[in-house]
Amino acid sequence: MKRFAAAFLFLIVAALPARSEIDITEITSPGGLTAWLVQEPSIPFVALELRFRGGASLDAPGKRGAINLMTALIEEGAGDLDARGFAEAREALAASFRFSVGDDSLSVSARMLSENREAAVDLLREALVNPRFDDDAIERVRRQVIANLRNRENDPDALASAAFDRLAYGDHPYGSYYGGTLESVTALTRPDILDAFSRAIARDRVYIAAVGDISAEELGTLIDDLLGDLPDEGAPLPEPVAFGATGGVTVVPFDTPQSVARFGHSGVKVGTPEFFPAFILNDIMGGRGFNSRLMAEVREKRGLTYGIRTYLIDSDYSESLIGTVSTVNARMAETIEVVRAEWERMARDGVSEEELESAKLYLTGAYPLRFDGNGPIARILVGMQMQGYPTSYVKTRNAQIEAVTLDEINRVAAELFRPEDLRFVIVGSPEGVESSE
Amino acid sequence: MRALTATFIALFGLLAMPAQASGEVTSFTLDNGMQVVVVEDHRAPAVVHKVWYRIGSADEPPGKSGIAHFLEHLMFKGTQSLDPGELSRVVEANGGSDNAFTSFDYTAYFQRVAADRLGLMMEMEADRMRNLVLSPEEVATERDVILEERATRIDNDPNALFREDLRAALYRNHPYGIPIIGWRHEMAGLSRDDALEFYRRFYAPNNAILIVAGDVSPDEVRALAERHYGGLEPSEGLSPRVRPQEPPSRAERRVVMEDPRVAQPWLVRSYLAPSRDAGAQEDAAALVFLARLLGGSGVTSVLGSALQFDQQIAVFTNASYNATSFDDSTFSFVVIPAEGVSLEEAEAALDAELARFLETGPDLERFENIKMQIRASEIYALDDVGDIADRFGRGLTTGLTVADVQAWPEVLQAVTPEAVMDAARKVLDKQSSVTGWLLSEGGEEVQ
Repeated sequence: MKRFAAAFLFLIVAALPARSEIDITEITSPGGLTAWLVQEPSIPFVALELRFRGGASLDAPGKRGAINLMTALIEEGAGDLDARGFAEAREALAASFRFSVGDDSLSVSARMLSENREAAVDLLREALVNPRFDDDAIERVRRQVIANLRNRENDPDALASAAFDRLAYGDHPYGSYYGGTLESVTALTRPDILDAFSRAIARDRVYIAAVGDISAEELGTLIDDLLGDLPDEGAPLPEPVAFGATGGVTVVPFDTPQSVARFGHSGVKVGTPEFFPAFILNDIMGGRGFNSRLMAEVREKRGLTYGIRTYLIDSDYSESLIGTVSTVNARMAETIEVVRAEWERMARDGVSEEELESAKLYLTGAYPLRFDGNGPIARILVGMQMQGYPTSYVKTRNAQIEAVTLDEINRVAAELFRPEDLRFVIVGSPEGVESSE
Repeated sequence: MRALTATFIALFGLLAMPAQASGEVTSFTLDNGMQVVVVEDHRAPAVVHKVWYRIGSADEPPGKSGIAHFLEHLMFKGTQSLDPGELSRVVEANGGSDNAFTSFDYTAYFQRVAADRLGLMMEMEADRMRNLVLSPEEVATERDVILEERATRIDNDPNALFREDLRAALYRNHPYGIPIIGWRHEMAGLSRDDALEFYRRFYAPNNAILIVAGDVSPDEVRALAERHYGGLEPSEGLSPRVRPQEPPSRAERRVVMEDPRVAQPWLVRSYLAPSRDAGAQEDAAALVFLARLLGGSGVTSVLGSALQFDQQIAVFTNASYNATSFDDSTFSFVVIPAEGVSLEEAEAALDAELARFLETGPDLERFENIKMQIRASEIYALDDVGDIADRFGRGLTTGLTVADVQAWPEVLQAVTPEAVMDAARKVLDKQSSVTGWLLSEGGEEVQ
């Protein structure tokens, strides 16, 4: 802190965060679907993002993994095209379609060139409205899913997530891996896949954003063409679930040189007065790349790990504050102690004025930089819709961060960080660490 | 639907690049030898500032594996003007993010910030190019961090350990056979002196390339670069990068590894392959097509179609080739066999498909299709100028010129099926290959 001090202080005063300059229009199609649009005609393609709320959490009882397998099959043949015919048609259009699923939603990410957009939409429509789910495709893709499930059985990170989620959420869909188990996926039948499709993909739960070379009118027509023939309703959405793990330590024995830990307790819901303070607190504790408290204490001062991070997770049906860290077996006990001590310090002392200001500068300055490219912007826009934000959120969000006061944030710190509630799940052979029950 | 396909291909004859709204490239060199490339994108008020050094793990002295990467970590530990970690803190206080990465041929440092902070980024980056200060305590702690990094990335993952042994078998003499992060026993012995010696020798403006991508004008970048980097003294005596080369191979090699943590056995076949050279990128371009034809898609490629669809003996197949490399690169196939199929059977099927391809050549319709997709990918690429900027970073640190990087899309469009087959016959020579099997403990029957 010598020569740069002056420049640094000057910038804090002078450099107000760049405004995000994107202009979002909400449109309603003739058929009654709403979508968010950012027109960006300078590159002749459009990024289209669809999200269907519920995702893999809509699996029918006993059919864990059905929606995941179904999602992987959407592109494997539709209408009068088999899997190869569909892939050839998509390649001939130089379009890209990506279908993915998680705990809260099923996503479709498409990129289509302006010059053949109508044909690309026709092809994507076939996949969404008339998927074939041919028996040979089901068997082929099932083998790929099973290969992935086998890998997870020996992957310390996957084992840690699985054990942690089981403790936190039990029988709720969040309590198990959305890809299912070897047993459940092996037992899935074609009727199960068809049922999974009708549960997850429907007009009553779709969120739509488009960014790129397309007008509002064209987008209205496009989404009616694409989604007009989908069923109106899918399966009922899941119920909320409380984070159920209690404080303590769970060791999952695994023979590997470095232990992998996942730790956490319950969190805070988006839309509550506590959310933005908690969001900033997480950034200071472990959300930021290099300069969080945990990175300073665990990596920079002690060299205990390559990386430690925390995440304030607001899922659709539960909230948590989770962290991850890996360290060689001999040093896991020390790492846990440091994490606990930092949790206690945060609960007891909160953050300083300086930490709060620096976090605000970072978070407000970083926000506009997220909007870099048609595809990333489209993903942000559907995410905002699913959280229930208005289009104006991109312009008001930074003000909400800046409005958080030191008193407010430290009141939330004392509630949010509860060292006695921290559950650690450790996969490995950590020395001097034992399960607490 | 199928009838429509032919029409679309015809349409694509008309596919034209848009007028330059983003992606405009300007380059120049400062008086001290520092090369500068500017890639413009005025859609958002952001900029990526990246300094690439023509130095990577393949330039390390013998016995000091990992020093290039270790130094990359230590570059965040301060200068005469900056405290340890201060650079990152200043970047974050300005709403930016920063990081760095090391490869065989290059080391790069970058910040992503609002466009009006570019000067400050340059000021700090120029400072650490010449004025690094390392305390023994910082070095000792950071050595623990890179050992943990190795544990996370490599030691905890049998697949990564296997890939390490494969490279070591493929490159018997060239340093590409040594892992970028280093061998654990050598990493443990890396010292402050090792790091400083490497730093003083290789970190200099005449061994660096500045690449700025985003909402900036070339004139603005030139003025800022002259101000912040222009005053740095160039280093004398930077010698050309000459690494030990591979001798001819007379025997195909095999690597078989067993690890109880392996849940899913797989096999890999790797060959040495030429990479893009200045003024001579044609062979590499042909190999890009070869990889796409053989393994670019699990559905329509030669291997995907035969092994995953028709014969159903694999759950995954892939062909990969890295065209951009200072010395000879690698062309590889991966096959993950289906349940009940042995690695021996999977390897035989791979060899049979390769032999068939060498005899019959590519399906011409698919060849043209791939060419059209590569052309279309240039339109999508304009959406991510950071990615375009990285093409220059990788190219200029691996012996190419700005003109070579700019010509590359055209070189790709000029590839013929004959060129692909010539390249295939040269590269797919089993006598200079390594075949690897990764198994669970106890071998094949465990499946």
